[in-house]
Amino acid sequence: MLFTLSYTVYVVATTLYLVFFFSQNSKVRTVARQILLAAGILHTITIVARYLAAGHTPLTTHHDTISFFAWSVTWAFLSFRWRYQIKNFGSFVSPVILALMTVGLCSSKAITELPPALQSVWLPIHASIAIAANGFLALGFCGGIMYLLQDRELKKKRFGLFYHRLPSLEALDHLSQHCLTIGFPLLTLGIMTGSLWAKQAWGAYWQWDPKETWSLITWLLYASLLHQRFAIGWRGRRTAIMSIVGFMAVLFTLWGVNFLLSGAHSYVR
Amino acid sequence: MSVEQILILGVNHKTAPVEVREKLAFPDIEVPLAMLGEVPDCEEFCFISTCNRVEVIFTSSDPERTVRHIRSFLFAASNLSEEKAIEYTYLHQGNEAITHLYRVASSLDSMVVGEPQILGQLKNAYREASERNCTGVILNRLIHKAFSAAKRVRSETNIGSSAVSISYAAVQLAKKIFGDLKNKKVLLAGAGEMAELAAEHLLSQGCTEVIVANRTLENAVKLAKRFKGKAVGLNELHDQLELVDIMVSSTGAPDLILRKNDVQPLMRRRRNRPLFFIDIAVPRDLDPKLNNIDNVYLYDVDDLSQVVEINKSERHNEAAKAERIILDESLKFLGWLGNMALAPTIADLRRKAEEIRQAEMARTLAGLDLSAKEAKAIDKLTSSIINKVLHNPILHLKEDCHQSNKQMKLDMIRRFFALDPRK
Repeated sequence: MLFTLSYTVYVVATTLYLVFFFSQNSKVRTVARQILLAAGILHTITIVARYLAAGHTPLTTHHDTISFFAWSVTWAFLSFRWRYQIKNFGSFVSPVILALMTVGLCSSKAITELPPALQSVWLPIHASIAIAANGFLALGFCGGIMYLLQDRELKKKRFGLFYHRLPSLEALDHLSQHCLTIGFPLLTLGIMTGSLWAKQAWGAYWQWDPKETWSLITWLLYASLLHQRFAIGWRGRRTAIMSIVGFMAVLFTLWGVNFLLSGAHSYVR
Repeated sequence: MSVEQILILGVNHKTAPVEVREKLAFPDIEVPLAMLGEVPDCEEFCFISTCNRVEVIFTSSDPERTVRHIRSFLFAASNLSEEKAIEYTYLHQGNEAITHLYRVASSLDSMVVGEPQILGQLKNAYREASERNCTGVILNRLIHKAFSAAKRVRSETNIGSSAVSISYAAVQLAKKIFGDLKNKKVLLAGAGEMAELAAEHLLSQGCTEVIVANRTLENAVKLAKRFKGKAVGLNELHDQLELVDIMVSSTGAPDLILRKNDVQPLMRRRRNRPLFFIDIAVPRDLDPKLNNIDNVYLYDVDDLSQVVEINKSERHNEAAKAERIILDESLKFLGWLGNMALAPTIADLRRKAEEIRQAEMARTLAGLDLSAKEAKAIDKLTSSIINKVLHNPILHLKEDCHQSNKQMKLDMIRRFFALDPRK
């Protein structure tokens, strides 16, 4: 019930952000921001309620994971707003949030019993850190898309929808770097805590199950991106593409592995 | 004074390559003005020298001879043969000279049509000339009218906005690439009105340093001084490109000065910091393929005007409007000049009549013994007769009519009254 309510508020916020994108009426943006903040707060309440209902950290079902994912994107975005402003960023981020929420809405909300092996303090730590990392990486993905759109118009010299609406390339490049410098350490931490938890639950740090393998692939992608950026000075279009590819790997680790491959993490459905 | 005695001799970016124009450039205006004063039959004159043009505007009673002298004076430093000199220069006479001057003042003859600096340069040139009494009634009037023609063109058409907005567009684009222009460095390759305008715009938006690269270091130093920047030779271009963020190119080079292969290896050394190229030169200085390199953005003048959405047909319309204004203004000047031409004839006419009257009066009065009062009455009578007789011919002369008719009327009157001594 609460989830549906937050979902509705997200729909309103996203719609307003899109209206703002086309109309560029700053009053609409102010309202959209406030509604997104309201949605974020409502969503937090939803997750707390889930926690109370389940009796353990609600990150074990597919629905809960996705919901938490959307929540972390929302709050990562809102936290950015305090630090600096990216023109029309909200119009790109809110649809991503809404898409995640829609997936969450469609999946089963039934609360599952947690197998005893997984009842550990590592569950909330590992899962929340890993998903929070995904939140920042999702922002990097949005920034990458915005960069590519702006870059395209500047290169083609045809100024359509995006030239005036999107911020400068410099700002977008900076954004993606910013997302990466927060997202990547969180991702690393997420993998490390996961490995500790695995040791506790199954007695081995690393078992090469598909989920672990894919998180490692994702991690390597982002690590190489960071390395190229700082060592060689990669920037601009290439890093934008890399952050999009990286995020695709994140999504595959989250879903693709669960549905296409099976392994120790397969309980998360 | 016939209109055919007004002439303009000069070179500009259309008739002479930069190598030639450079050789004609004078460091100051005093020397050429003094030297033009020595040219035989050169009555009034004004000398203008900018990066894209060197022109002498003058009046002469013996145009052919004066033109030869001025041409050899202009090309004295260049070691070019007379045939070459003729090839590179343009000569406008009479009507054409007037419209040419008006077009120059209105920036219709500029490399970048509508750029605003030429008017100031012309005003300077005129001030220098008039301060030294090089100009007289005709040129004073002509050049002043050129200024008002330029003013009309500026206020009644959008020709000026296109040049300003092109450099404005360059700034806007730079902001979309770099975000903030603070601490960005600009490289000017070659000098030109438009390039300087763009550099000024970029500086006013926060760019900190201007580096001027030119084929002749001397010119680079001069321009760099204006922007409080650094001057380098054009051969140092590649090294400088590692350091700058924006390059405005407007050299007169016939070929590309920078190719994709030159810039690609630079990007790695620049750690991929974006480079924004603005190519103002015609023909182009920069390889269009530069735009394909990551983090490199290349815009030429056409691209920039596309940004400000001034399409070519609109620019064309504005130019046509400007040409109409110039035609209108030059006709006004011709009207004034025509009336100027009347003045000597009218004076001659009056003088002739007065001479006849005085001669006849002297003869008649000598044989009569009249009181002072009577003599005065006869004097009054005769002068009122000649005034009445001359009234209609003078009115007929002054009547507004086409230039060629005016000349015909003048000739007729002069013949009727035998104003010119018989040859």
